[in-house]
Amino acid sequence: MSLMRATSPHARAGDSTAKVMLQVAAATLPGVLALVIYFGIGVLINIALCSITALACEAAIVKLRQRPVAFYLKDCSAFVTALLLGIALPPYCPWWLPVIGASTAIVLAKHLYGGMGYNPFNPAMVGYVVLLISFPVDMTRWVGPAEIINGAPGIDEALSLVFGFGGYNVDGFTRATPLDIVRLNESVLLSQLYATEPVLDQGTVAGLGWEAANFGFLIGGLFLLFRRVITWHAPVAMLGTLTLMSLLFYDSGSSLSEGSPMLHLFSGATMLGAFFIITDPVSGATSNKGRLTFGAGVGLLVYIIRAWGSYPDAVAFAVLLMNFAAPTIDNYTLPRTYGHKSARRATDLEER
Amino acid sequence: MTEFAVILLSTILVNNYVLVQFLGLCPFMGVSNKLETAVGMAGATTFVLTLASICSYLVNTYLLEPFGIEYLRTISFILVIAVVVQFARMFIQKTSPLMYKVLGVFLPLITTNCAVLGVALQNTMKAHNFLQSTLYGFGAAVGFSLILILFASMRERLFAADVPQPFRGAAIGMITAGLMSLAFMGFSGLV
Repeated sequence: MSLMRATSPHARAGDSTAKVMLQVAAATLPGVLALVIYFGIGVLINIALCSITALACEAAIVKLRQRPVAFYLKDCSAFVTALLLGIALPPYCPWWLPVIGASTAIVLAKHLYGGMGYNPFNPAMVGYVVLLISFPVDMTRWVGPAEIINGAPGIDEALSLVFGFGGYNVDGFTRATPLDIVRLNESVLLSQLYATEPVLDQGTVAGLGWEAANFGFLIGGLFLLFRRVITWHAPVAMLGTLTLMSLLFYDSGSSLSEGSPMLHLFSGATMLGAFFIITDPVSGATSNKGRLTFGAGVGLLVYIIRAWGSYPDAVAFAVLLMNFAAPTIDNYTLPRTYGHKSARRATDLEER
Repeated sequence: MTEFAVILLSTILVNNYVLVQFLGLCPFMGVSNKLETAVGMAGATTFVLTLASICSYLVNTYLLEPFGIEYLRTISFILVIAVVVQFARMFIQKTSPLMYKVLGVFLPLITTNCAVLGVALQNTMKAHNFLQSTLYGFGAAVGFSLILILFASMRERLFAADVPQPFRGAAIGMITAGLMSLAFMGFSGLV
């Protein structure tokens, strides 16, 4: 009997971690481009600062743990974490915000749990929430779209805002975000509000700039779906639940309305969260049924916190809360393994 | 009706006893190593908390206040809680000897669970009536159970993780609880 080793046509996918990560990074391009067009180069400065800090932290920790540094840096996962955090942070924030956020994300949320593949929470969102709780004032200053504030800050203005020299004050550029405006409104009809607020008036559905950025991230997300980097379950469940909840409480735009479905879908970090954050294979649920539950939970929590809580954009909190629930969701949505009658947990006793 | 919903929402999420008020941390860390134990502990604590808040309300209204001996409140509540825990213990011992063995020392230790005394004292502080006290205790227990069960599943996963040596075990558990506490701040302002 000959023992030939290669019989079946073993197909090779040629996918590596780095390849997947770089595809995710490439998919953020349309969204980042929209952010640059409408809000200026602030987001690029954030991404650069986050990336440098994240890669430095990753290298330092891996070295501390006496693992091969180059091998871990090459998988680009730290870069993607930094990229997502940099996109989420307000543009032109002081330089120490991205630095603290990225180091928290990499050291606390990723490497204390054992590095890539073990982190129970999405590192970028941990970094964001730590910053939001610790420095609420700096984290809630968003610049207005370029058309409304007569041109986004130029390079010298931007550097002056970020590094704190020169006479520029970020308050001269900031405006309330569409979600802020709708959340704080309690006196006028939404149609009147849309007419008086330039950011909503000049936009089509969800505020100038914001809808473009969200549309960009939607396109990027569809690219990831097409490349089969992510599955449709979590994003569809999240966006569906969010639409359903906002339809239920829309009441066609009274003064107490919490905003139209379109506003919720295309404003804030909805699309970034739906396609880039909750599709994280490590901190999300594992099975398809689990992903549906996970996504629906995120959508529900996003709406609850946006509509009645004190944080107008709730994606980061909702993601962390559902990350916490993900192991339990996995536990109860185990698929049946082939050859067994019912789903079994790994810790179950053997059948006798 | 809204008032009751607000009490439940407030105790389960917004003012969660474990993650926001930091009470009842000892069973939270101690019994969360395995999911089955955590579910048993959650059941036992729910039973004790609800019953203890009912009993402490009755003792406070019909014993302490009429006789003007409110200064004995803390010690009498501890006594009430000890009695309820002993009752729960005998009940579990008879109905489920296995669970009794698994829960071990943590069952009598519910007596010293600060969440139980905390709920009883907050009920008198907030001048809740009978129904409100019961719901408050029940809501606190549901919040505690929810967090305990979610945390137990997460810790089962953490055991398999490549956590650096100095952070293994309780240390990474505490860090996880801290991150969770941060996430629960997102609920602030809901009620």
